[in-house]
Amino acid sequence: MNEESFSQIFINASLVNNFVLAYFLGICPFLGVSGKIDTSSKMGAAVTFVMLISSMCAYGIHALLVAINAPFLQLISYIVVIAATVQLVEMFVKKMSPTLFKALGIFLPLITTNCAILGLALFQTNKGYDFLQSIVYALGAGAGFTLALVLIAGLREQLEFAEVPNVIKGTVLTLMLAGILSLTFMGFSGLGSN
Amino acid sequence: MSNQEIGKEIHKSAPSSTDEFIKGLWKDNPVFVQVLGMCPVLAVSNTAENALAMGIATAFVLLMSNILVSLLRHFIPKEVRIASYVLIIATFVTITDYAIQSISVDLHKSLGAFIFLIVVNCLILSRAEAFASKNTVGKSIMDALGMGLGFILALFSLGAVREILGSGAFFGMSLFPDGFQKWVIMILPAGGFFTLAAWLLIFNLIKQKRAIS
Repeated sequence: MNEESFSQIFINASLVNNFVLAYFLGICPFLGVSGKIDTSSKMGAAVTFVMLISSMCAYGIHALLVAINAPFLQLISYIVVIAATVQLVEMFVKKMSPTLFKALGIFLPLITTNCAILGLALFQTNKGYDFLQSIVYALGAGAGFTLALVLIAGLREQLEFAEVPNVIKGTVLTLMLAGILSLTFMGFSGLGSN
Repeated sequence: MSNQEIGKEIHKSAPSSTDEFIKGLWKDNPVFVQVLGMCPVLAVSNTAENALAMGIATAFVLLMSNILVSLLRHFIPKEVRIASYVLIIATFVTITDYAIQSISVDLHKSLGAFIFLIVVNCLILSRAEAFASKNTVGKSIMDALGMGLGFILALFSLGAVREILGSGAFFGMSLFPDGFQKWVIMILPAGGFFTLAAWLLIFNLIKQKRAIS
């Protein structure tokens, strides 16, 4: 069992060990959808929601797998649960808000292959969080993911107006920005340790 | 028409297995050109050894899943193909995880959760969907070998740069005399972003130079 308090877990997951900038999880949507602040914040919300659901399911599955002594099924069952959750979210969003569904487009089903979500499920199992801690961890990770996405989208929107050499445009520029952001986030280190 | 030109014509009409192999190394390099599977590339490339191990593990999963997807391509219904691919990949990743654990516990520890995260490596799923599900087993094997080798190369070149600059060593062997000031930033997460940006920049420059000439 892990003794960390809720606020510690939240700060650690969102700022100190930011999933995108410190663990390099979820880089694909980070590079792909981070063109506009509007889309990236919605994407962040969708990812956070999937994280929350799959984190709760992962907790249950882990308990079940420990009970039947079949740890080798962990990965397969996690990924199936995540895929099912994403499918559920997709149907839900389609029913409730067709506009948002259109705005997110292909990136909604692609959440399945977002490593941040699987990473979250695996890390929470490794750290031995209980049910409530897992939920806080998922919320923190989601908030951190959204924060990183929105920050980089803001930077990229500003850079639209700058004159950048052709060779650097696109991925190279985004990676450089991400590197600088990652350096900035290192300033948070030690924040949630006590 | 000279022999060479005839060769080029054939080249265009039907890519041979050798072409399928070579395209992964340079023209369609999964990391530097397609920018796929970035998460493990950045996360475990802080030493050359980790990078090489991760590259080999990924290439193995890619090869096995490409073979199986290609073999089963007539049996998997279109509606559930992605789910089936993911299951196939997850199975091989679990096998790889246990294999690495039995070979070296230290390595398994330093790669950590990233072995499991091979499942969600977009490179593997995209090869299954874009190539193996439409081509013969032989071609899929060549494709997987080329892409896998290209991935290993990219991961290794990243890991080597980061280890040499960041800890002044190569495969754990010290390279520089004592006075060398280590660039600690290179082993930190930020260094991963910067090194990858630099490699992509080099690739872009070469491409641009070729386009001009």
